[in-house]
Amino acid sequence: MIFSDPEIWAATLSMAVPLALPAIGGTFSERTGVVNIAMEGIMLIGAFFAVTFSYWTGSAWLGLLAALICGGLTAAALAWGAIRVSADQTVLGMGINIFAAGLTTFLLNTLFGFNGTPINTPKLPDISIPGLDKIPYIGVIFQNQSILVYIMVVLVIISHWFLFHTRLGLRMRSVGEHPLAADTLGINVWRIRYFGVILSGLFSALGGAYLSIGVLNGFTPNMTNGRGYIALAAMIFGKWTPLGSFGAALIFGFSTALGIVLQGQGISSNLLQMIPYALTILALAGLVGRAVAPAADGIPYDPRRS
Amino acid sequence: MKSLRSILLPMGASLLAMIIGGILVAALGYNPVTVYGSLISGAFGNGINIGNTITASLPLIIVGLGIAISFQSGLFNIGADGQYWIGATAAVWFGYHFNSLPGWLHMIVCIVVGMVAGALWAGIIPGLTKAYVGSHEVITTMMMSYIGILLARYLIEGGPMQQKGFNPQSPEIVQNTQFPYFTQGLMQSQLSLVAVAIAVVAVIAVWFLLYKTTLGYQLRTVGLNQRAARYAGINVKLFTVVALCLSGLFAGLAGAVQMLGVDHRLLDGFSSNYGYTAIVVSLLARNNPIGVIIAGLFFGALTTGGQNMQMVSNVPAALTDVLTGLIIFFVACERIIPQIIGWYRRRRTLKSTTVAS
Repeated sequence: MIFSDPEIWAATLSMAVPLALPAIGGTFSERTGVVNIAMEGIMLIGAFFAVTFSYWTGSAWLGLLAALICGGLTAAALAWGAIRVSADQTVLGMGINIFAAGLTTFLLNTLFGFNGTPINTPKLPDISIPGLDKIPYIGVIFQNQSILVYIMVVLVIISHWFLFHTRLGLRMRSVGEHPLAADTLGINVWRIRYFGVILSGLFSALGGAYLSIGVLNGFTPNMTNGRGYIALAAMIFGKWTPLGSFGAALIFGFSTALGIVLQGQGISSNLLQMIPYALTILALAGLVGRAVAPAADGIPYDPRRS
Repeated sequence: MKSLRSILLPMGASLLAMIIGGILVAALGYNPVTVYGSLISGAFGNGINIGNTITASLPLIIVGLGIAISFQSGLFNIGADGQYWIGATAAVWFGYHFNSLPGWLHMIVCIVVGMVAGALWAGIIPGLTKAYVGSHEVITTMMMSYIGILLARYLIEGGPMQQKGFNPQSPEIVQNTQFPYFTQGLMQSQLSLVAVAIAVVAVIAVWFLLYKTTLGYQLRTVGLNQRAARYAGINVKLFTVVALCLSGLFAGLAGAVQMLGVDHRLLDGFSSNYGYTAIVVSLLARNNPIGVIIAGLFFGALTTGGQNMQMVSNVPAALTDVLTGLIIFFVACERIIPQIIGWYRRRRTLKSTTVAS
């Protein structure tokens, strides 16, 4: 029975990382009222610059840092357009996605030639936590996972606590629900929104870096392969909460892992890959739970007008 | 004034993007003049290139028309890519079945089926859920788009449409349904007059629909102000579904035209991204059907020119995506212009008042 095989759960956890991180990032952005569909593009930016800088500096950790900086800067551009200029956030996000796909492929080909990134690029370590790996069954799941898997688990918990149990988290949510009320109470709506969007950029870039220097040690064009959009689905399916996003990412990660296992048995992975998208539509239609976005999600706020 | 701005803004955005792209290639040690020269000559250098540019722009124009309808109706159809592939899949399936039909009828059936398939893909789930439970169409059309592409991929990767014994691909559609090409003269490429004619008819039809019919007027009213439309007695729910159906119909038509005119079969890959570029086309054209032609040709030229640029000056064709992304970003940020003018005026009045006092 495949479900009792711990390997599939290990794969599920590993597949969930590049979905959960951008999904939580998206949660931060949309909770403050800025629609972020640019997770896909920011992931690509993160993945590419992680590899590039990890090759140039010889340290995967510096590569990760570069990924975070570049992802944060890209998100800052989105934030500026969405907040300062009141531009259409969906259009901005789409522009960033196309730009990022083009820029990363363009730089890959100009900096490294048409053969791809060098094979001796350092990657982040895989670790097993002493003690945890002694537990039967569970131990196998956490054996030799990328260090980013553990970082993700910690980030999930911190994010949830941060968003729902701290003052800043409350302010973020209030800005996304009713910016005028928040403004009246003296909260700087724009600053909180910048914070939320840039935070989403950092999480997305981390998710991208996981693909390029966590699992592999190289970059290929469009290597995120739509994960930013599945993360968007995970965020919605998780009802705009970090824990929910993580849960949805696990479900979606499981459907991917299952697809790989079942591939040899005549069940099409293409059909299994539809599950995240179908579940999201059902959630939005109110058939599987009810997904309601933050009230001011996607609506620019202009403090001078009100 | 307004119409002048609607022409100047996209041109300014494109120019700014080209300048930034030029700085980028110059920083990497290429000569931007040669790079852009090879791009332009690749797009318009000779008859074949012009033919290829027009061919590349046709799907963008046709999908762009559908996007324009959705934008004018106040809806954002971001999933045209999936509707395009569903239309293409349906057209191909009919294209290699029903061989007993007479050629012209078979061709028409393929096109109509593609249109209907695209329309239903956009209209049924995203349309009805938007109208009746208020699910946001950006998310639902996007999710349906991925499902559509996965479905098409499934069909040719081990599914019922796979041609046995080949790499994942469908059988070729029969000769009768394929559009004829220019076989001689200046435009020897995959350009076909039938495809051009369909695109032209589609442009005229959408222009007429939007500006000369009651349906178009009602759609635009819903797009401009839903509450006013409701008070005017317009069935907003119905028009939401109709608008998304029409939008998907043109995406499906583009898929059918591309299959009958260029590809002739489904191939693995599905990475044309027409659905996304068409959004840019429509945005640049201010959702105006006539403008869609110009914007579509512009991006068609970028595609064909980019391939030539990669061959001639060794600059990766992905540069054109960088330009496209920048153009979208700048067009989206158009509201900065009145803001800048506002600052400038305020500073000037501030200066003059300080001088006066």
